[in-house]
Amino acid sequence: MQLLMVVAGNTFRETIRDKILYNLVLFAVLLIGASVLLGTITIGEQARIVNDLGLAAINLVAVIIAIFVGIGLVTKEIERRTIYTILARPITRVQFVLGKYMGLGLIVMVNVTIMFGMFLGTIWLTGNVIHGSLFQAVELILVETLLVMAMALFFSTFSSSTLSATMTLGLYVIGHLTSDLRGIAEKSQSQLTEAALTALYYVCPNLEMLNVKGQAASGFLVEAGYQATATAYGLLYAGLLLTGACLVFQRRDF
Amino acid sequence: MDAIVVDRLTKTYKPVWPWEKPVTVLSDVSLSVTRGEIFGFLGHNGAGKTTTMKILLGLLRATSGRVELLGSPAENVAVRARLGYLPESPYFYDYLTAEEFLCFHGKLAGLNREAIQKRIPQLLERVSLTDARHRQLRKFSKGMLQRIGLAQALIHDPELVILDEPMSGLDPIGRKEVRDLILGLRDQGKTVFFSTHIISDVEMICDRVGILARGKMLALGRIEDLVDAHVARSVEVVCDGVVGDDLYVVKQLATRILQRGDRCLIILPGQDHLEKVLAVLRQAGGKLVSVIPHKDSLEEIFLAQTSREV
Repeated sequence: MQLLMVVAGNTFRETIRDKILYNLVLFAVLLIGASVLLGTITIGEQARIVNDLGLAAINLVAVIIAIFVGIGLVTKEIERRTIYTILARPITRVQFVLGKYMGLGLIVMVNVTIMFGMFLGTIWLTGNVIHGSLFQAVELILVETLLVMAMALFFSTFSSSTLSATMTLGLYVIGHLTSDLRGIAEKSQSQLTEAALTALYYVCPNLEMLNVKGQAASGFLVEAGYQATATAYGLLYAGLLLTGACLVFQRRDF
Repeated sequence: MDAIVVDRLTKTYKPVWPWEKPVTVLSDVSLSVTRGEIFGFLGHNGAGKTTTMKILLGLLRATSGRVELLGSPAENVAVRARLGYLPESPYFYDYLTAEEFLCFHGKLAGLNREAIQKRIPQLLERVSLTDARHRQLRKFSKGMLQRIGLAQALIHDPELVILDEPMSGLDPIGRKEVRDLILGLRDQGKTVFFSTHIISDVEMICDRVGILARGKMLALGRIEDLVDAHVARSVEVVCDGVVGDDLYVVKQLATRILQRGDRCLIILPGQDHLEKVLAVLRQAGGKLVSVIPHKDSLEEIFLAQTSREV
């Protein structure tokens, strides 16, 4: 556990010193700013627009960090050969992979917390009500980000940065369209297509399950049972991907 | 007890596509490194030195063969707490300062904060980087990176140090410093296993040497033994008191004869006819001054061995 924390701590420091992170935070600030501006020109809908844009901005920034920093967690170490001196230490490959994941997870949590703080500040400054549903939405954004990070890490254990980014983005998009996949499968004339789409529906993560932004922006609380199920689903899926990443990474030659 | 045992090590890369052929980069390589010695692993670029080292460290998996480090199988992660490693052309986290970098590796090696804080100034002093301790590694020159790499390999005072081309990229002063550092490690009872393609480095500091070419171990042993095992490629005989007429038989056997007054220098192509030549010289009443066999240097042995394989 101690070695895992050493790797996590170093990953945290690396990402903090990476300027891209500050740019992303700036991007979030601009988006939240834009939501305030849009809110002022839309009569009566200001609160919902601020909530909508704020949550979307937090989600977008968190996912961008998860994908683009996540794919580099392992590939950058291999390409730059920094991994040699680390794996020559008494650390297992599983500890290394999980340490990298934890480090980025910590970064994402810190970032989401800061962005959420800014967002709540924006709501307060514009004189709107801070709904409890916003906290629920952000919690599920965090779960989704952890899941996307696990996807990026999994793909990066066996492919290049570009390919990992493409596959993670692809799976992220499909993950938000899984209900459509099922609909298309049901309407399909071909049994083969139906079977393939149904299989895809069950294999791909259902990211829409973690999306309650619309409801939260309008101030409607999500049922506690649903929140817990969605959280457990997202974390379980991330756990499976991490297990896969560890298994692949253990078999790799460097 | 041996610090390193490599027994019939083979590494073959499977082809990605069915029409490609498998590539064998190491073939039945065996060697052992005794504790407390400096072992030089000599070979051209691409000979398989780095591959062997990566297998020792668990970075690569062998296709077949057995590897032991300090009495444990190389797959045993715990044994790595007792060894230090410097990779070839090292690239480290360049956003870290020299101190942060050593602290990170100290923690990975399992040292506590107190031990790390005590060890870092000693090591920075040892590799002459005390003034650069707060500088980020991205601002380091190649030689400085090599030296900080050596420092990270030694942060936990390991029993066994594995260095891949530790002198590459260093100027003559830097190379001497590294040589002195390696000799210092031996004086402390550490085992050093290092690869190089620079023969003079090996000749100067190694107890034993292994010569690798195209994945095969061509020669292994003490430098003196390797040199002695080779038959003299020429013999130089100096003799006084013999004149041209006496040397008729010798001329048939020698490569070259130089006469300077009373003294005669005879160069023979090998030791085969030495006894016969000496007998002729004695018979002619000559006074033998010296007989010097010229043997191949390690460099010549290395070149001869590897050119046969390449």
